[in-house]
Amino acid sequence: METIAWNTVTTYRNLERARLPFCPGCSHALVLDHLNAALVKLQLDPRKTVIVTDIGCVGMSDQFFDVNAFHGLHGRAITYASGIKLANPDLNVIVLIGDGGIGIGGAHLLNAARRNIGVTVLVFNNLNFGMTGGEHSVTTPHGGKTSTTRAGNLERPLDVCATVAVNGAAFVFRGTAFDKDLPDRIAEAIQTPGFALLDIWELCTAYYVPNNLFSRGALLETMQNLGLPAGILQKTDTLELAHTYRAQCASQVGEPTTPPDPIAVKFASALTQPTRIILAGAAGGKVKSTASALAIGAMMSELWATQRDDYPVSVMSGYSVSEVILSRAEIFYTGIEKPDFLAVLTPEGLSQVPRPLRAMDETQTVYVVPELAELIETRARKVVLNLARAPANKKSLAVMAAAAMVRHANLYPLAAFREAISAGQRADIAQENLQAVDASLLIV
Amino acid sequence: MREFMDGAEAIVRGAFAAGCNFFAGYPITPATPILLRMLRELPKVNGVGIQGEDEIASIGMCIGAAMTGAKVLTATSGPGMSLYSENIGLAIMGEVPLVIVDVMRQGPATGGATTAAQGDIQFLRWITSGGFPMIVLCPSSLADCFKLTQVAFNLAERFRAPVILATDKEMVGAQQSVDTDTFEKIEIVNRTLAPADAEFVPYQIKKLADTPAFAPIGGPHLTRFTTSMHDERGLLTKKPSNVNKTSRHLAQKLEAHLAELEFAQLDAQPGAQTLIVAYGVTARAMIEAARNARAAGKRVSTLVVQALFPVPEKILCAALTGVARVIVPELNLGQYRLDVERLALALDVRPEVLGVNRVDGELIAPAEIEELIK
Ligand SMILES: Cc1ncc(C[n+]2csc(CCOP(=O)(O)OP(=O)(O)O)c2C)c(N)n1
Ligand SMILES: [Mg+2]
Repeated sequence: METIAWNTVTTYRNLERARLPFCPGCSHALVLDHLNAALVKLQLDPRKTVIVTDIGCVGMSDQFFDVNAFHGLHGRAITYASGIKLANPDLNVIVLIGDGGIGIGGAHLLNAARRNIGVTVLVFNNLNFGMTGGEHSVTTPHGGKTSTTRAGNLERPLDVCATVAVNGAAFVFRGTAFDKDLPDRIAEAIQTPGFALLDIWELCTAYYVPNNLFSRGALLETMQNLGLPAGILQKTDTLELAHTYRAQCASQVGEPTTPPDPIAVKFASALTQPTRIILAGAAGGKVKSTASALAIGAMMSELWATQRDDYPVSVMSGYSVSEVILSRAEIFYTGIEKPDFLAVLTPEGLSQVPRPLRAMDETQTVYVVPELAELIETRARKVVLNLARAPANKKSLAVMAAAAMVRHANLYPLAAFREAISAGQRADIAQENLQAVDASLLIV
Repeated sequence: MREFMDGAEAIVRGAFAAGCNFFAGYPITPATPILLRMLRELPKVNGVGIQGEDEIASIGMCIGAAMTGAKVLTATSGPGMSLYSENIGLAIMGEVPLVIVDVMRQGPATGGATTAAQGDIQFLRWITSGGFPMIVLCPSSLADCFKLTQVAFNLAERFRAPVILATDKEMVGAQQSVDTDTFEKIEIVNRTLAPADAEFVPYQIKKLADTPAFAPIGGPHLTRFTTSMHDERGLLTKKPSNVNKTSRHLAQKLEAHLAELEFAQLDAQPGAQTLIVAYGVTARAMIEAARNARAAGKRVSTLVVQALFPVPEKILCAALTGVARVIVPELNLGQYRLDVERLALALDVRPEVLGVNRVDGELIAPAEIEELIK
């Protein structure tokens, strides 16, 4: 193992790469010096520290430090930092990002603050895109001249600090690259358990400075004109997400994941041919749960089963159609072109099954409620469900239809269907459905 | 032991069998069941499961976690794959072990959320800029969902690369009875770690086809990870010799090991003049079509492609040789057929290549394939 005497580190800068690649007078260099001073002050273990850089001129910065480095996509630095912190909460995770990165990655900024994930974000805010040629960014002041706002910026600049503060950031600071206390503020931010952000205003000597005859003095002036306060703007020591997540999950550690859920064979079926069943009804009509019970009952009777459910994206309205295949042998193709049994329970269901209705022949059976019986054109045998004989069970129409199929076609013992209902459904619902199984004798 | 489950469950079980301990994802039909179950189960292995604010954040969190040593998974559907694109490029460039499940739904864009489709296939092959090889696996049974998820993790670790498991609404959402004793638990491969007591250079390799040893952020070495073109120290470079080396390495580390990446199941019938090539849910219709055709006295061979990309050319060419016609059923307008045709053209005796294609949201039925078997 490399032995780094980290409790006596005098610099975290890589001395082989002492020369920084920034333009003369670029504030990025100054902020990196302040960051180094903060790291020296804190004497962080470099192996437990990671600098995550965004893209842009600031994105080159990680290369000049002897700590772990992660250089990611434009605007996404906070997402990598969050993943690193969540996976290893012991790490000091420091994000270096430009005002450009803050703009394109705005959603990540808001959400990291809101989650209070324990990372420290240094915004190298030079009021424009340095690397790509001085275009305006979300922080370019109103009126600011940039290569994309030649006549002056019409847009209002984003108040980065207020944005994260109002969304729960634990530490928020605004200042300039020239602030003498910046190393202390950076150190304070790193030591904050929760989400910390420093909005550090800078001079871009390649673009914003010449385009606006901007200066060090103008930085503070602009801040004041925009009504943006400087200094520490928020400071709390609320618990950080990577730690609260672990605390919440601690009691579950060691439990087995996805334990097997075998279905015991207790019954026997006389079924010889693969049997294809469609239940066509409406949302809330117990179509899916009944299809499940139909399949599980078959499995309890040593059959193979498949189930596919179809419904519109709004699950609680519109049609609900479930297809079930039962077979003595393994089933590969799960689709049904020509069902042996089709239950048409509601108009919504009917609207979904014109093709199977057309495909079915005399050997097959359609179960249908009285009000739809006349509307159905098919060669299949029609069985009208006489609901008037079981008014109390109307809610469980799908169950009654399925139970009728189980009995008529002798798919498998009705007791298996009953047991599948009892085993898989909430007690009160199972009770209601078992009564419907009994009532199915009355309606056909 | 018979269980009743969907593909999402089999994939989740495969992920845990492979040692997955981090998941981040964003809800989208039909991939959501994987998100829900991973978030429910991960605390049990002291892992982390989180819902990101969007797909970009989700895959970003996965990548960050992977570089601390975590074994990570994410799952989405077509719209989310589009948002993953740039970060998949980063995972290639930075050499991140990462497994991504794409539960295909009908596209383009929002398309049909609850409609089965296989329209993402060539998109997955070319999912990011730069033109580098991608590993794309495709399960066509629950046992495959379980096994290929483990294979995906193994390949991601072995090659330090993103691996996509391409599946679809039907495979993930339909429930099937399955004999879970047939679920194959395979030997798990973990990324090669840099020895703790030797000097460490983040992207150092001896041969272009090698995969660099890994040092986790927070481990014994200082490490450096980058999305940008880099030298072996992980420093930005434009020097042509460095750029050439890194670029060729990123291609060769997979292309020099194609034998490890070929997964397909050939069921050859002697004397068959017809070969059917299929993957995913259409492979299931193919198996039934072949069974029916054989029962009717016809001869037909089938090939289930389990690794779509890199195209398993050895296996495919061998299967194509000597047949008169090849049927490629797909729930798209003929995407994998392009690769089958490309290979067929290079043969001395070129078979005719026919597609069976549906884009109406319905499955291809066995009978539609059977019709073409002569
Ligand atoms: C997705 C994407 N879009 C655009 C770019 C091009 N790009 C590179 S740097 C940059 C802006 C950087 O500005 P800022 O974040 O303020 O950093 P600075 O260069 O000012 O330090 C842009 C737009 C990119 N790399 N990636
Ligand atoms: Mg900038």
